[in-house]
Amino acid sequence: MDFQLTEDQRALQGATRGLLAGRFGPDRLRAAVGDPAPDRALWRELGAAGFFALRLPEEAGGVGLGLPAAVFVFEEAGRALLPGPLVACQLLAGVVDGVASGEKIVGLCEGTRDPVLWEHPATCEELILVEKGTGCHDRAGRGAQGRTGGVYRSAADRVSCAPFASVDPLTPLARVTDLPRTEPLALDVPRLRREAALLTAAQQLGSAARTVELAVAHARRREQFGAPIGAFQAIKHLCAQMLVRTEIARCAVYAASVTDGDIDVTGAKLLADEAAVRNARDCVQVHGGMGFTWEAEVHLHLKRAWLRAECWCTAGEAEELLAADLIA
Amino acid sequence: MDLTCTEEEDAFRERLRRWLGEVLPTLPAPPAADDWPGRRAYDAAWQRRLYDAGYAGLHWPEDAGGRGATPTQHLIFLEETERAGAPYVGANFVGLLHAGPTIAAEGSDAQRARWLPPILRGDEIWCQGFSEPDAGSDLAALRTTAVRDGDHYVVSGTKLWTSHAEVADWCELLVRTDPDAPRHRGISWLAMPMDAPGVTVRPLRTLAGSAEFAEMFLDEVRVPVSHRVGAENDGWRVTMVTLSFERGTAFVGEVVACRRVLGALARAARANGRWDDAVLRRGLGRLHAEFAALWRLTQWNVSEAGAARPRGGRSGIGGVPGTGGSVFKLRYSQARQELYDAAAQVLGAGALDADHEWVAGRLSSLSYTIAAGTSQIQQNIVAERILGLPKGR
Ligand SMILES: Cc1cc2nc3c(=O)[nH]c(=O)nc-3n(C[C@H](O)[C@H](O)[C@H](O)COP(=O)(O)OP(=O)(O)OC[C@H]3O[C@@H](n4cnc5c(N)ncnc54)[C@H](O)[C@@H]3O)c2cc1C
Repeated sequence: MDFQLTEDQRALQGATRGLLAGRFGPDRLRAAVGDPAPDRALWRELGAAGFFALRLPEEAGGVGLGLPAAVFVFEEAGRALLPGPLVACQLLAGVVDGVASGEKIVGLCEGTRDPVLWEHPATCEELILVEKGTGCHDRAGRGAQGRTGGVYRSAADRVSCAPFASVDPLTPLARVTDLPRTEPLALDVPRLRREAALLTAAQQLGSAARTVELAVAHARRREQFGAPIGAFQAIKHLCAQMLVRTEIARCAVYAASVTDGDIDVTGAKLLADEAAVRNARDCVQVHGGMGFTWEAEVHLHLKRAWLRAECWCTAGEAEELLAADLIA
Repeated sequence: MDLTCTEEEDAFRERLRRWLGEVLPTLPAPPAADDWPGRRAYDAAWQRRLYDAGYAGLHWPEDAGGRGATPTQHLIFLEETERAGAPYVGANFVGLLHAGPTIAAEGSDAQRARWLPPILRGDEIWCQGFSEPDAGSDLAALRTTAVRDGDHYVVSGTKLWTSHAEVADWCELLVRTDPDAPRHRGISWLAMPMDAPGVTVRPLRTLAGSAEFAEMFLDEVRVPVSHRVGAENDGWRVTMVTLSFERGTAFVGEVVACRRVLGALARAARANGRWDDAVLRRGLGRLHAEFAALWRLTQWNVSEAGAARPRGGRSGIGGVPGTGGSVFKLRYSQARQELYDAAAQVLGAGALDADHEWVAGRLSSLSYTIAAGTSQIQQNIVAERILGLPKGR
């Protein structure tokens, strides 16, 4: 057992962080708030760098690095708040032509939710709809017959939807009103859900880690009563608990990327959601009035964390699945 | 990142399982909670069995009488012994987890030869005399004095919350040897024999009902200077070596145990119908994720410590860095309290039965956010030493 990142994994993490810092820095983030459509050139660049093909085996034209690599990269994307249907493109690379290279952008949505929400509707060329099962875990489906049904792809213009005012300025949403079932796709649904949950959790982890940094940086800089506010225990303890949440989530997410087990992924999603949402809230608190502004980056983390918490295994679903596992 | 075991590690696990399967059924029934001589004898006998089978001081370096096992093997040992329901380290705790590692790291060859083998064999029991009435979280405020008189120190003062003091042979004692030096630089570490004239132990009853710790009055106790480990007035640094072990792997077995209790809670709730309460059920589900993650964090910390292990030379006992241990202890102590609060929900009015195992667990869980550095102090440590926030009051 050696539960630490390898040299290569650290290098991948560092390279991704570098790439995103260069191509999606603070100015670009601010601009994206007004215009959240993914930058096509950046998308193709990510495709060329292998971002979407990390999990795909080399025989299928992928990078062949497996789930842990995808998790590290998604953690970085979560940190940077990179907008776009990232999970969809990672999971449909190799399934829908053009996605792996970043040429084509597709959406993925869960037909079992109410309302059925579609991220970045104006950007996606296709929408893939997953109808079967709830949660990220489908016990009966694993290894059983019929686990590939219930996924359909449709051209974007065939999908009827209604406007939906997304709480997250970086993620436009539409409400799908009529579920298109144009062309069935043979996909392993339990696996798709499991991986979607894990990659979403990885982004939550990155966001949680980022809000700790933001809070700590502010707490060291901002002075009141003649001292940096970070010298006050009330602030210190908020920050300490933010770190604890992040590190617990990190261990759960990384371990789940190695075991790829249903229950491990479910637990990781639950803890990463909690870390991202609660850290962002505490980060707002540490920032005081500044935290309540549209200007500061903090609210973007909170809103995206809320959105991701509603995707691919919510807290309620996760807790029920975990409870069921206790008596299985 | 690799969570699988090597063939060697699997073989180690197999051998250990086989041995546990043979030896555990032959153990006598454990003594009652307040039968201290009985508890000492029971814990010591178990340690002797471990010693004879080659499992004592598994991860201690060979030159300290240990087996030089890897951190992973040590983790497997803690996991498997707990899983099999083997006795807990109990009265051997301080010897194996604090005093022993300190002596191994900081003691002279003669001191190591004198004290380490009896710890490993279960022959001698240690206690920890650090806290005082006016020195708890602020340990460096300790006032117990040690005045040099020839080749002895004459020690006077009061120690408080000393676990296992009643049955201990030795006490790792922090004393003030230089009252004029800055607080942290006037402290020394002594090994004090508990049968020395002038030592009086008065057991204190905990809220759980039994006498787990004691008050210790020291009235001109003579301790040979040769019993000092480390240089005079360097005791603070010597002690910090020890404390990081306490927050490191000390709770590994307990995490395994908590996961077992959680499964039992779920089955009990199913049997008595409280499983239908969604709030309770979902709370148990959340704890399932929580303890799984704490186990992963343990593996993470152990792997990190393994990577940082010094090679060659006289090595200390591989421990977990104190700061990583603080993150773990903060979350674990909270999760443990939540676990036993959930147990109370499962039990309903049965949670008022003080004889119930889970009720005893609920009561003792309250000490976890206090002992070995309170949660507030742990948060200060995380904020200042990991996050780099300014020191404050
Ligand atoms: C079951 C048990 C076994 C123990 N065994 C031993 C033993 O064998 N040997 C031994 O030496 N000691 C032992 N202890 C003592 C233990 O280490 C102390 O209780 C602990 O360090 C706290 O000290 P205190 O009790 O004096 O509380 P205090 O330090 O008085 O703390 C009281 C409260 O104030 C808070 N507080 C104090 N300082 C700060 C600060 N700077 N910032 C924020 N909050 C603060 C604390 O968090 C706590 O909530 C044991 C304790 C328990 C409960």
